[in-house]
Amino acid sequence: MAAPVTSRTVTLEINGEQVELEVPVRRLLVHFIRDDLGLTGTHIGCDTGNCGACTVHVDGEAVKSCMMLAVQADGAKISTVEGLAADGELTALQRSFNEHHALQCGYCTPGMLMSATALLARNPHPLEEDVRVAIQGNICRCTGYVNIVEAVVAVGGNA
Amino acid sequence: MLLREVEYARPATIEEAISVLAAYEGARPLAGGQTLVNVMKARAAAPDVLVDLADLDELRTIGFSAEGMLEIGAMVTYAQLMGSSEVDVARAILAEVAATIGDVQVRNRGTVGGNVCVSDPTNHLPVLLAALDATFTIRGQRGERSVSADEFFLGVYMTAVGEGELLTKVNVPPSAGAGDGFAGLTIGVHGTYVVNAAATVFGDMARVAIGCVAASPVRATTMEERLAGGDYSDDTVRAAAEGLGASLDPPSDVHGSGEYRRHLAEVSAVRAVLQAAARRK
Repeated sequence: MAAPVTSRTVTLEINGEQVELEVPVRRLLVHFIRDDLGLTGTHIGCDTGNCGACTVHVDGEAVKSCMMLAVQADGAKISTVEGLAADGELTALQRSFNEHHALQCGYCTPGMLMSATALLARNPHPLEEDVRVAIQGNICRCTGYVNIVEAVVAVGGNA
Repeated sequence: MLLREVEYARPATIEEAISVLAAYEGARPLAGGQTLVNVMKARAAAPDVLVDLADLDELRTIGFSAEGMLEIGAMVTYAQLMGSSEVDVARAILAEVAATIGDVQVRNRGTVGGNVCVSDPTNHLPVLLAALDATFTIRGQRGERSVSADEFFLGVYMTAVGEGELLTKVNVPPSAGAGDGFAGLTIGVHGTYVVNAAATVFGDMARVAIGCVAASPVRATTMEERLAGGDYSDDTVRAAAEGLGASLDPPSDVHGSGEYRRHLAEVSAVRAVLQAAARRK
């Protein structure tokens, strides 16, 4: 029986890069990403699991990184908003956000992009209602969601 | 947010998980963490040792027992329920209700075991599983036992899972022609329930359970007895629900008075039964 520990070495892949780092058990994944790895594209909005600004992909699925401990991600493949345009070229979704004016203050945008990217991966041609369900866990206080929904739908060609 | 310091174990087997849970006072299983991590942030819960069940693959399966019971591992996520052909064939209401829990991110990590072991009276699954006559398999160092929903949900945040024990699976009878229904009032479209009700109707028998009105799901036994004739017309079902509200003593809070919840209990029970009856095969 392995004795419980208060810190643990976490090995994971983030945006295609291998990372190995010892972290305290109580560190949230979002703090690990932002503070330990310096990837500040992932935002902290509410820190209570409501706003979705901290959304990242863990093994391909959208999750809120403030509701997960870094040690829980040991062995996982993570991607953050920085991983979308890793080669400097914006994705079709990011270009569509630009073209449809889908952001205003931009605080929710990383989370919106990660939720919408996860949707497009499993449903490349979403309808408006699909998009609304997909971003239900992401709060935007500027846009009223209309332009965000239009931007995502347009990527799939159902505009 | 900074959590209180906590210890962590990530066992490789169920036996090891049970050993750790039994060996350390204040040890608590960590499933998807969609409730536990948040209540730890709020310091509303302060476990000393988290026993992460992430590596216990046998808790992630959905299958059938030799007797045809639908067996759902405690670590099965809501998203998994929604995509499961076994659930779709045997008890589609589970997927239907799972699709209304939280949001996509929560459904990707939140688990069936977590939902029932938290035993929050406003959760979706306790009331549904009570109506479906599910049983709960609990494993400890002295072996395995199976309890009914009535025996499982003991109170707010309290279940039959004792210290040093682990919920391993939830067993749901296949519908076999029964119809299932779920109704209630939420705060916002997919928000927390103010009151909810679940019903299953098979032949001239109905099971009805009400959530959010007491520490654990309440069976509407008088309503069930009145429905025993097998008449599920609107008038009969409404008449059967009369007095149900008066038999309850629900809490009052900012979302509704006790009186309003008594009213909602009757309305929700009627809607759940009518939906269930319409879905019978």
